[in-house]
Amino acid sequence: MRSEQGTRRKAAVVRAAVAAAGAAWAQGAWAVGDMPGGPGVNQLNLTRGVTRIAADQWWIHNLLLLVCLAIFVVVFGVMFYSVWAHRKSRGHKPADFHESTAVEIAWTVVPFLIVVGLAIPATRMVVEQKDTSQPDLTIKATGYQWKWGYEYLKGDGTGIAFLSTLATPRAQIEGTEAKSETYLMEVDNPLVVPVGQKIRMVVTANDVIHSWMVPAFGVKQDAIPGFVRDTWFRAEQVGTFRGQCAELCGKDHAFMPIVVEVKSQDDYKAWVAARQKEMLAKADDPTKEWTLAELTERGARVYAANCAACHQASGKGVAGAFPALEGSKVVLGKQDEQIALLLKGKPGTAMASFKQLSDVELAAVSTYVRNAWGNKPEDTVVQPKDYTAAR
Amino acid sequence: MSAVLDHTGHHDDHAHDHPTGWRRWLLATNHKDIGTLYLWFAFAMLITGGLMAFGIRLELFRPGLQYLQPEFFNQLTTMHGLVMVFGAIMPAFVGFANWQIPMMIGAADMAFARMNNFSFWLMPPAALLLVASFFVPGGATAAGWTLYAPLSVQMGVGMDMAIFAVHILGASSIMGSINIITTILNMRAPGMTLMKMPLFVWTWLITAYLLIAVMPVLAGAITMVLTDRHFGTSFFNAAGGGDPVMYQHIFWFFGHPEVYIMILPAFGIVSEIIPTFSRKRLFGYSSMVYATASIAILSFIVWAHHMFTTGMPVTGQLFFMYATMLIAVPTGVKIFNWVATMWRGSMTFETPMLFAIGFIFVFTMGGLTGIILSVAPLDIQLHDTYYVVAHFHYVLVAGSLFALFGGTYYWLPKWTGHMYDEKLGKWHFWLSMIFFNVTFFPMHFLGLAGMPRRYADYPMQFADFNALASVGALGFGLSQLIFLACIVKCIKGGQKATDQVWENAEGLEWTLPSPAPWHSFETPPTVK
Repeated sequence: MRSEQGTRRKAAVVRAAVAAAGAAWAQGAWAVGDMPGGPGVNQLNLTRGVTRIAADQWWIHNLLLLVCLAIFVVVFGVMFYSVWAHRKSRGHKPADFHESTAVEIAWTVVPFLIVVGLAIPATRMVVEQKDTSQPDLTIKATGYQWKWGYEYLKGDGTGIAFLSTLATPRAQIEGTEAKSETYLMEVDNPLVVPVGQKIRMVVTANDVIHSWMVPAFGVKQDAIPGFVRDTWFRAEQVGTFRGQCAELCGKDHAFMPIVVEVKSQDDYKAWVAARQKEMLAKADDPTKEWTLAELTERGARVYAANCAACHQASGKGVAGAFPALEGSKVVLGKQDEQIALLLKGKPGTAMASFKQLSDVELAAVSTYVRNAWGNKPEDTVVQPKDYTAAR
Repeated sequence: MSAVLDHTGHHDDHAHDHPTGWRRWLLATNHKDIGTLYLWFAFAMLITGGLMAFGIRLELFRPGLQYLQPEFFNQLTTMHGLVMVFGAIMPAFVGFANWQIPMMIGAADMAFARMNNFSFWLMPPAALLLVASFFVPGGATAAGWTLYAPLSVQMGVGMDMAIFAVHILGASSIMGSINIITTILNMRAPGMTLMKMPLFVWTWLITAYLLIAVMPVLAGAITMVLTDRHFGTSFFNAAGGGDPVMYQHIFWFFGHPEVYIMILPAFGIVSEIIPTFSRKRLFGYSSMVYATASIAILSFIVWAHHMFTTGMPVTGQLFFMYATMLIAVPTGVKIFNWVATMWRGSMTFETPMLFAIGFIFVFTMGGLTGIILSVAPLDIQLHDTYYVVAHFHYVLVAGSLFALFGGTYYWLPKWTGHMYDEKLGKWHFWLSMIFFNVTFFPMHFLGLAGMPRRYADYPMQFADFNALASVGALGFGLSQLIFLACIVKCIKGGQKATDQVWENAEGLEWTLPSPAPWHSFETPPTVK
């Protein structure tokens, strides 16, 4: 009886061990293939990429590697020969030299010349990488905790804007489901760009510093809140290319990938047309009478995107710099004053005109601030048509 | 080490009594006792930081989230960095300075004995603050050891504890540096001119100046974070007219010299060990001194190479790239000088020598990847990837830490009066060397393939090298237990060490008895 139990327990242990080994096996890199447009399985070197910049980086890395390897072999060839030959156990007697001006000058000058030689091609590459002039298409990338927002600023597709978030299911991350080939490097809405065109990326962030990286393009640009920096690429191949956020940005730093689809000119045009049609269909009707709930729901989003940076999400503003909206006279007073302020701004202060927003957006955000943070205004609802009338 | 110094303490019947028991340590004013405190403190922090690294490698053993949530993972990477840099490596070198500098320059003790006590006893409270911050609401700071704003402004109270701890550690470092500079400049034995000082003393003199120059800069940076967090300032907040990148400029103006603070004394230790076991004088003594000074000066004008991806203008990138590449020249001089010292010597390979040669070998690999990283257009690909993680562990673990191990084995017989167990020492060296490379070499590949650092989870394609690195890390951590065993064994007893200890050791410390007397040199020796 006892031994039978023991056997059964042993069998269970063996089964568990086999299962664990199997699980470990399934978690290995061999369980998947190379990621299309992303890292290869156990990739050893830089990617050659699909832009001239990435190819240059690949080339200069190989050059540097060869130079370093040569230095390594020479220096350690000498050192290990010495370790082998000049040891006491072989009866080697110590020599007495301890300086040599000629040798010391030589091994100062030679490395200096090597460094200068390496700096020459590197300089040309820096200049090329920083040249963001004359782009065919300008796209703004905004880092959020923890997703990317894209906005097509100039060129074919102007006006298209969307958010791009991780598409990997939670179950794969937690290990209850097998991980796919594109695990952690897949998104719901990839950035779409045309092949062979110079794309200028204007990069910024909304909260903390992020970094927009796509190794296949040889691009990495920190996204700095409150500032815009730019970089560029010209993809020479159609396909999907992947990267990840490269600057520590909080808990989900590892879960905000970047996916770029490079399409042929025609496919890109078709994508732009489809996307714009879709946006038109979703566009708002400014003549309709909106409910309070609709307006505040929409207004919260407008507020977060346009107002929170100064007036803060809490509505408390920043003392001495940006007035609080919580309990503000303008917010609580008649709607006309607020409408005028949003349309014209307040000269001499940081409050700009927001007339570039649509009447629906303006009405929504006005209604939102009137009802947020315990505000009790005279007019609760501002309708889009009020803005249309005031313009 | 108490067993050793007790009896030397008792026969000393000068003007004052020496406290015994716990008061001996709390009220310590003797440079050897304080050095011992520093070294044990550093070892405790090494183990603490090592446990954090173990947590990191455990989570990264396989893709997916298994053991740790990303918030906690980020806390571990942050605190691992802070604890290792400020708790382990820096105090360990100060411990060496305390033990060795008076003995090597022929002095009785350090210049400011009570300040020496204070600068040590500031450290345990700071360490407690760091460790305790894990247990406050929100946990420890998770902003990375660089504490970049505005992420560090978002953190909870753990961040304030870290800021306070770093302030205290900074104050301690500055006091230690003042003490070291004063001792070296004023208390050298007659005849020991600056250019006759042992190289370890030279490297520490330069390091101490670096510390005094940059610790206040760090204090400024983190104070600004503190006021941004609590007092409504906007140093790093664009909405209030500040700039997040300014934090990085200030931090790295401290941070890059800090790198050399952690490596120059290591150069000094290696420059003491290599000649002894090669039975030949150090090659190019004066060029070593000039190279050390050049590295220190250059370290002030290269900081923005940590920031190539922030979007600097072309001229900025070029300036910092050229200046950084230039550092390869004096660093190269040092490596060549060590090899030339070994050349046609009569070498033996006791543990200190193994660690010194191991240091040259692996540190140079870290130096070469440093040249690769200095090339700005290429750094765009490698910045913030595992390539950087590999690079700085090659220079900080295989560089600074291996030199510290080598130095410990080298001077331990002088400190304890006993020879350490050579067999254990060799096991420690070979296992550390092998597991170190198993852990960190694959990280070069991960970085080249584009795996970003500070990631709690990663794509499947990176799985194998991560698993390998985790196995290596476990081995590396366990190997350090051999070190502990070897030290404890040596303190407790062992073959009696001679005064000279090593056949060809030169320098004033070897003219003292082993173990060294309570007051190193009561009458200063004369140096010819």
